[in-house]
Amino acid sequence: MNKEPAIQAENLSKKFGDFTAVDQISFTVQPGEIFGFLGANGAGKTTAMRMLTGLSTPTAGDARVAGYDVYREAEQIKRHIGYMSQKFSLYEDLTVRENIQFYGGIYGLSFRMIREKTRELIDRLQLGEVARSLVRSLPLGWKQKLAFSVALLHQPRIVFLDEPTGGVDPITRRQFWEMIYQAADEGVTLFVTTHYMDEAEYCDRISVMVDGRIDALGTPKELKEQYQVESMNEVFLQLARGQ
Amino acid sequence: MNQQAIQVNAISKQYGKGARALREVSLQVQEGELFGLIGPDGAGKTTLIRILVTLLLADRGEASVSGWDVVKDYRKIRRHVGYMPGRFSLYQDLSVLENLTFFATVFGTTIEENYDLIKDIYAQIEPFKHRRAGQLSGGMKQKLALSCALIHRPRVLLLDEPTTGVDAVSRREFWDMLKKLQQRGISILVSTPYMDEASLCDRIALIQHGTILDIDSPEAIVDQYNKPLLAVRSNRMYQLIQDLRDFEATHSAFPFGEYVHLATKYPLWPEVIEGFLVDRGHSHIEIREAEVTIEDCFMELMGKEELNENAL
Repeated sequence: MNKEPAIQAENLSKKFGDFTAVDQISFTVQPGEIFGFLGANGAGKTTAMRMLTGLSTPTAGDARVAGYDVYREAEQIKRHIGYMSQKFSLYEDLTVRENIQFYGGIYGLSFRMIREKTRELIDRLQLGEVARSLVRSLPLGWKQKLAFSVALLHQPRIVFLDEPTGGVDPITRRQFWEMIYQAADEGVTLFVTTHYMDEAEYCDRISVMVDGRIDALGTPKELKEQYQVESMNEVFLQLARGQ
Repeated sequence: MNQQAIQVNAISKQYGKGARALREVSLQVQEGELFGLIGPDGAGKTTLIRILVTLLLADRGEASVSGWDVVKDYRKIRRHVGYMPGRFSLYQDLSVLENLTFFATVFGTTIEENYDLIKDIYAQIEPFKHRRAGQLSGGMKQKLALSCALIHRPRVLLLDEPTTGVDAVSRREFWDMLKKLQQRGISILVSTPYMDEASLCDRIALIQHGTILDIDSPEAIVDQYNKPLLAVRSNRMYQLIQDLRDFEATHSAFPFGEYVHLATKYPLWPEVIEGFLVDRGHSHIEIREAEVTIEDCFMELMGKEELNENAL
């Protein structure tokens, strides 16, 4: 087993001109951990995530993701992580099957592997009847499950989930979290950003960004005890409002 | 005379040959009430609100807003009702002030005339009044949209998912604003997919697949939950959910943050569950009584709804 941290950031920073979007953040995420990455709009979450996914070069500090350096090995990072967001993951005007095949191709899976994975995935998600339907026509909950499975297609060690589960009913949302737990149980690291504060409570550990810095880091339980409140929502409100 | 702000009687709507968006939905919003329409995407919330603001015709059933029929009196409704659609629909290339002036003019009024009503909200974006609406942050857009929906001093305000995609701080602020408007006598119907916002409403309707699952105060809905409910955790979350579903006394087991909410068919000692989990190799087991939430109720009602569907 590889015991190297899945993500390791040290004083990671990003400046745009005079503006410091991310200000010396440091944290470590272990393999198989579900790590919640929270912050109000404009706190620097997206910028930090872009650096960790190899899309943006830091201006200072260090970070390694899946064992690769964010400065020198950004392309390797992109190959070895999965990414899913509520806003964009699947092509709406491709069918279920075409989406799976497309992503398999992008990540360089062999033709045989793609065929196997496609069959396996459609079976597991019970999408047989809609395999030839456009993704656009699927209910939101199905799309989310499919998008998550597609993000796991190339067996990445880390999956970044950007606001993954908005808008679905509570049962579908929980089915989705069970998929996340299952992936974590199999050793995949999950890096999750979300607006749902109650969803943050599903994570093993949580960090909260305020004005480019990480102002709080711990298990949901620790953070609630530290701020002497009942829910992550209140932890977040205290931090974000600076009260 | 009609004492209700909103009256909906057996409204049904189907889009083409697709699924029925609303199936005989009935509800009443009392004068001065803050009423929440709570359900996931695709439940029918937007369809119902569009019917009420006269942008869409129902297939069957009747509805009225402020005593005016949504078909016969649509002009009156359009004149006197405030509506904030789900998608930001102000003019992106007009400034904040231009947008507000435009809506005031359309309704034959002025900003000055109704400034007292929007003051608390508008004051927060007034420093940016010459900025184009398209360049505002999400929270500011929302405040501008609400100001525009209020500029003609409506008696009834309908808001379609005003807090979707907004961060926790802005959401809290928005609900504070709604409470203040309610105190000024405005009746409010607000839709949301966020179950945790239910407790902020006087009464709520839970809606799924175009069907109302329940209507009551949030407290009463929670009180109706009649299964023993425990919060359980252990060192292995995924395995815990699977194992609890195998447990003979289990009615349902759903992840709830750091815990799993376990509803049992009958009351039983926590030690019995603990013993079962120890046998399955769990450690760091914690079991305590759970506080019932609206989500627990919603899932329970969803389960019953499915049973009904299958029975039909």
